[in-house]
Amino acid sequence: MTEPEEARRIVEFRDGVLVGERAPQEAVAAALTRMSHVAAEPDDLNLFISVDADAAGGCARDLEVRLGDSEPGTLLGTPIVIGDNLATSTLRTTCGSQMLADYVSPYQATAVQRVRAAGAIVVAKANLDEFGMGVSTTRSAYGATRNPAAPGRVSGGANGGAAAAVAAGCVRVALASDTGGGVRHPAALCGVVGLKPTYGRISRFGLVALAPSLDHVGIVGATVEDVALTLGAVAGHDPLDPTSADVVVEMYVDALGHSLRGTVVGVLRHRDDEAVQPAVRHLCDAAAERFRRLGAEVREVRPPHLHLAQPAYQVIAACEAVSSLARFDGSRFGARVEATSWRTMAERSRSAGFGQEVVRRLLLGTHLLGVARREGLLRRAQQLRALMADDFRTAFASGVHVLFSPTAPGVACISGEAENPEVHAVQERYTAAANLIGVPALSIPVGRADGLPVGGQLIAPHFAERTLFAVASAHERLLFEELGG
Amino acid sequence: MSATEVEPRPEEEFELVVGLEIRVPLRTRSKLFCGCATRAADPPNVNACPICLALPGALPVLNLHAVELAVRTALGLDCVVHPVSVYERIRCDAPDEPKGYSLVQRSRPLASGGRLQIGRREPGTPLEVRIAAVRLGEEGATVRHLRRDHTALLDFNRAGHPSVQLVTEPDMRSGAEAVAFLHVLRQLLAYLNVSETAMDRGGIRVNAHVSARGFGETALRPKSRVLELRSAGAVARAISWTFSRHTSLHASGARVEHETLRWDDVRGVGTVVPARDEVRAFGPDPDLPPLVLDSDWLDRMHRDLPERPAERRHRFLTEYRLAEREVEVLTASPGRADYFEGVARRHGDAPTAARWVTGEVLTALRRERTPLGRFRVRPADLATLLNLLRDGVLSDESAREVFRIMARTGQRPEQILERPSASPPDAPRDG
Repeated sequence: MTEPEEARRIVEFRDGVLVGERAPQEAVAAALTRMSHVAAEPDDLNLFISVDADAAGGCARDLEVRLGDSEPGTLLGTPIVIGDNLATSTLRTTCGSQMLADYVSPYQATAVQRVRAAGAIVVAKANLDEFGMGVSTTRSAYGATRNPAAPGRVSGGANGGAAAAVAAGCVRVALASDTGGGVRHPAALCGVVGLKPTYGRISRFGLVALAPSLDHVGIVGATVEDVALTLGAVAGHDPLDPTSADVVVEMYVDALGHSLRGTVVGVLRHRDDEAVQPAVRHLCDAAAERFRRLGAEVREVRPPHLHLAQPAYQVIAACEAVSSLARFDGSRFGARVEATSWRTMAERSRSAGFGQEVVRRLLLGTHLLGVARREGLLRRAQQLRALMADDFRTAFASGVHVLFSPTAPGVACISGEAENPEVHAVQERYTAAANLIGVPALSIPVGRADGLPVGGQLIAPHFAERTLFAVASAHERLLFEELGG
Repeated sequence: MSATEVEPRPEEEFELVVGLEIRVPLRTRSKLFCGCATRAADPPNVNACPICLALPGALPVLNLHAVELAVRTALGLDCVVHPVSVYERIRCDAPDEPKGYSLVQRSRPLASGGRLQIGRREPGTPLEVRIAAVRLGEEGATVRHLRRDHTALLDFNRAGHPSVQLVTEPDMRSGAEAVAFLHVLRQLLAYLNVSETAMDRGGIRVNAHVSARGFGETALRPKSRVLELRSAGAVARAISWTFSRHTSLHASGARVEHETLRWDDVRGVGTVVPARDEVRAFGPDPDLPPLVLDSDWLDRMHRDLPERPAERRHRFLTEYRLAEREVEVLTASPGRADYFEGVARRHGDAPTAARWVTGEVLTALRRERTPLGRFRVRPADLATLLNLLRDGVLSDESAREVFRIMARTGQRPEQILERPSASPPDAPRDG
């Protein structure tokens, strides 16, 4: 876990810049130094797909020159890392795939544009499982990302690069995608904070789609405050995304530092809780105890369909991915494998450009939409989605303000184990429900087991991100005190 | 015309059944899902953006003006416009569809249950074609194949141009009825002012669903879907050829299967497009929320619907007491009907106005080879001329002479009469 070291806080740094004691170039230089350091170590963490030191330096200089021209942004001078499936117009956007190896987007994602408008400086594009399909960041065409806490272990996924970049201290915040846990899972395994906001809270324009009804732009941060500040900068309606919500953006940072008296925390009980590693269960129990000490009331909540979240998620995600990835046909992106007919060209280019996991999921999705359609798995998955939404509504209506569970069922596994389908299959067990329902969820560090970070997940009703931040920041402070900070 | 050479006898034993699917590009300034201009003729790929190129991460945003034109079309066809319609992703792996799927209001269309009267089958029975569905969709990119080196060039200027797709019930029983339907539909579209209406120029395309069955049979037999017919003539020829194909197959006892045909209008032959067994329906589009139409807005659209050809014909018959034959000619296009009304309202004597418009005006247009929109004689000027005629200032003969000068030069009658060369010196100074 990264200590909330006062001098490095985004707000402190911003104030330093405004009074002329600090300079954005200094922050960029520090980030780049740290980045080259983690890349040079005997075990290179392999966090990034592209780094653009010159452009970042240029942006920092621009910010310094224009300082005072306009209202300073909330992320003024903050170096930021962007997951490589969010479109940036200077660095290429590969999605961790060979298919887009040299693709540079002519436009930038709304979320990227907004953090830049708030004064953040994009320093690099982070590694991820190809097109966000994976839970280990071992399925990128650009190699696996290692866990900064234990380089022999995986960083979680799909956005291991973004989470590990924050955990390794390269940057304070990163933007990445979360379709079934893609931000929260690696945040938990790397020991940082990861937010998947409410569906529609952050524009998806410029996020390369995996499963659009489940895809979210999320935020990784060193602290709850970093995440809350960044959410304030990127949240809000975007006319370019018809699914973005026209709901008022609140002052998220104001939610920090309040007492939890009167707050009711519902500890989620899952039918397969037995399968959770004992150390993880122990640390999550300890976190629940902390909520109690902070004045919250802690109850147990058992949504009847929770154990079906991951299977439902897998079915829907696989089916939506089939059409989302249909455009990668070799005509306009990726290495084209020439052939005499368009169809053969497309088939060969797809076989050459997609990795194994992508092919596996596309085959699954095609099977579910085609031959197996009559078995009705997709329809049942959609029904489950509605039932689960009812479960959560009932829980919140019963007076629970926020739900709590482990983020992942175990600590980061050693790299070789990542391919084990049994390990793979359970990783999104706790995170997928929030994607299916669209409610906001936040993974927070709850401690370490044998030096390996463990995360707990808070879930709130739609657009109640402030509740997440309030509970998470109180817990963060208490944990920090316990650790002797 | 080679299709008519094949005329096996079995045709007389079978009834032809035709349904049409018609795509009408709409007249909007921007594309259906993005803000690009709809100028297809601009230099290639000038009107293209991340959205209509389907670049990774781009999302569609529905053009509300296109929705308005599609709703107007549906209301014009007496359809029920649904308060909620849903875009689905339908697989389309062809180079002209950059997304790999097209967005189609498949199971929940914009509108359904309409009808269009295209004539009378026997005295007293109106011949109506039912409209099964009206959908709002988009056009594909233009593909140009360069044969010499197996290259295809793509122009995305047209990709994403909005179009309505009309699907009829299989209510037509001859090629002539199908052609009549297209004629009446084009006239309606012109009145609704939603599209470029010349079939060849406006990009209207027709898929014809053709089958044959024994007279008296109520069930439909398997059909051929003939793709992409681009003129009324091609529709007639393709239907006739396909009907012959079905009747000879039925007569020989061969099994007819559902099939898709590509029609070669130059050679007058259809070729079967091999069917592919693959997943087509990808499910509702998660990027576009269902299209929800407000009932107040729909009421307003209903109220503001332009007068349709049948309504206008009825009004001309009753209000101006014109002959049926004249009304038919005057209402052939909305421009012609407006022109006539412009003259009649100012002049006051509708039958005279009608006689002049159907006579002198149409003759002059043919002579000058101009469309009515660019005709030099404005309705007000013609009305002035007719007033002079009525008041005895001009004789019938000299009025025609003045009119010919007006059509040639664009001068107003009083300007012509002022000139010493023109006949009566006692012409009034004002019009």
